Amino acid sequence: MKTLDNLRAAMRRDQVWDFMVPRQALELDMSHGTILYLEDISVTFDGFRAINHLNLYIDAGELRCIIGPNGAGKTTMMDIITGKTRPDTGTAWFGQTIDLLRLSEPEIASVGIGRKFQKPTVFEQHAVLENLELAMAADKRVWPTLLARLTPEQRERIDEVLETIGLQDQRDQRAGALSHGQKQWLEIGMLLMQNPYLLLVDEPVAGMTHQEMDRTAELLRSLAGKHSVVVVEHDMDFVRSIADKVTVLHQGSVLAEGSMDEVRNDPRVIEVYLGGGP
Amino acid sequence: MPPVTRLGTFHLDRGGQIFLALLALTTLLVPVLNLAVPADSSLHVSTFTVTLLGKYLTYALLAVAVDLVWGYLGILSLGHAAFFALGGYAMGMYLMRQIGDRGVYGNPELPDFMVFLNWSELPWFWHGFDMFWFAALMVVLAPGLLAFVFGWLAFRSRVTGVYLSIITQALTYALMLAFFRNEMGFGGNNGLTDFKDLLGFDLQSDATRIGLFVASALALAGGYLACRAIVTSKLGRVAVAIRDAESRTRFIGYRVEHVKLWIFTFSAVLAGIAGALYVPQVGIINPGEFSPLNSIEILIWVAIGGRATLYGAVLGAILVNYGKTYLTGVMPDAWLFVLGGLFVLVTLLLPQGLAGLFRRKETTA
Ligand SMILES: Nc1ncnc2c1ncn2[C@@H]1O[C@H](COP(=O)(O)OP(=O)(O)O)[C@@H](O)[C@H]1O
Ligand SMILES: [Mg+2]
Repeated sequence: MKTLDNLRAAMRRDQVWDFMVPRQALELDMSHGTILYLEDISVTFDGFRAINHLNLYIDAGELRCIIGPNGAGKTTMMDIITGKTRPDTGTAWFGQTIDLLRLSEPEIASVGIGRKFQKPTVFEQHAVLENLELAMAADKRVWPTLLARLTPEQRERIDEVLETIGLQDQRDQRAGALSHGQKQWLEIGMLLMQNPYLLLVDEPVAGMTHQEMDRTAELLRSLAGKHSVVVVEHDMDFVRSIADKVTVLHQGSVLAEGSMDEVRNDPRVIEVYLGGGP
Repeated sequence: MPPVTRLGTFHLDRGGQIFLALLALTTLLVPVLNLAVPADSSLHVSTFTVTLLGKYLTYALLAVAVDLVWGYLGILSLGHAAFFALGGYAMGMYLMRQIGDRGVYGNPELPDFMVFLNWSELPWFWHGFDMFWFAALMVVLAPGLLAFVFGWLAFRSRVTGVYLSIITQALTYALMLAFFRNEMGFGGNNGLTDFKDLLGFDLQSDATRIGLFVASALALAGGYLACRAIVTSKLGRVAVAIRDAESRTRFIGYRVEHVKLWIFTFSAVLAGIAGALYVPQVGIINPGEFSPLNSIEILIWVAIGGRATLYGAVLGAILVNYGKTYLTGVMPDAWLFVLGGLFVLVTLLLPQGLAGLFRRKETTA
């Protein structure tokens, strides 16, 4: 019966087949001032609801921190935005025009969403400069890569990013020889080389020294405005030092949203963080 | 201070400069010492030695091809003996057809082994091999196409690491068994031999031997420079990135399987060219060249010389094969043990091979 229905649907004259529909526009449109819309998203893993009717809006140029206890669904939320995990229900739009749920992972990366994973993964055998070169937005097919020569603009862009992440003095150093913090910055630099509109950063300061944390806070703040930045972080001091607006995630949905002070005084948040147990 | 990183510009490293200079010197000197210096002089280089050197150079090219995929891309190929042998067979088929009616049976059309098998006509895949250009094309196409199809299937389904090594080994082994069969039409067990001449030049003459030696040297230099151009390009840096962190490389937008496929295929073509130059110099090609042991030996040359340097592969191939020639003369049974022992020693004491020794000196100097 199902097949028959499908067949009927396929033969309807008032519709064209999927592959004939013009591809959706991949130009980011932020005319309403919002870069990311997640609406009513739910994901279930083997009957366990990791994300539960989640609604989240990120403004253009905003720096947003997402906090929440372990297992709250923070990483899963990033997986959904980057196309790694598909939600069961809900919608995810990037700007007014780009439907993220219809794009593959590499397509999502190429429309301008960059993601930094928890564990830093730089190319250890390559120099810092080479890491940035490899990550740079460019034609990445085999032949163009074989024949690639850096243009003056690209060189400038690399220098600019080197300066932003504060690794000018390490440009010729092997990435494997960098400190943990420097690797994290290099990885953020590699994201920047792809000129993303939206940066997703998962637990950037885990394992960092205090100085490195301060430096990271400065770096992330300097990115806001030019990019929209979403930071997932456990460290409350760090979050307080950077965030304009904080979203508290709990059991897969938003528990509270607002400035750090508002959120901290919210009885439900206190309950979750201090009251113990759901 | 680390050296200034150069992006996207072709350049030779110190080891490469020294290697090319030595190669040029040898290529100029050996013909002179063979042809112009009288045979009773102590400086005279015998034709036997010239051919031996020529053979080493083809092994060196093979080693460079393996280093490109193993050292820079992380593909531990146990299939390169097969690509080498296929190139060799393509050349061997041309040389067989050149024999014409000078074979034992005097059949102008059919090579001796076919007459012996009572075949009445040339199999279809032997047609065209009487023309050098066709054979030369096949030298490139046979290993290239095999590598392309094999790589397309393997890399697309993301077979990596040990599993990939095992299936390249299986491929080589299957080819060996196939080529051993008489019905395959490649001379079975005995392979192809009794060659007379190449492009009209007598294979036994000194001048032809010198010509083949020089051709091998040029092929090695060309192959080396081509590989060097690849590894110093952005593509080379992507290859190393794939070797070290494959999924990360995929994540930043590179088509990992395409990069692997093209570099693997190019490397197979180089191996085929090496095989084609090897066969007229040793005078025979048989299924033994597909032997799994051969593929492993190539890896040992590269490991001893030093992975991911290219010139190290050349050094390893030449030194190990010189040792092999020497030892099999003195103590034929000892060779495999010596080779195994050498491999273990180098792995333990010189993880970067002999080139590593050289590079350490270079950086401390
Ligand atoms: N692929 C998966 N399969 C099954 N369960 C998963 C998977 N990914 C995440 N989960 C579960 O979903 C919940 C949310 O995980 P996660 O998003 O990693 O939380 P957070 O990053 O906030 O600590 C956890 O209980 C986790 O065990
Ligand atoms: Mg997490």
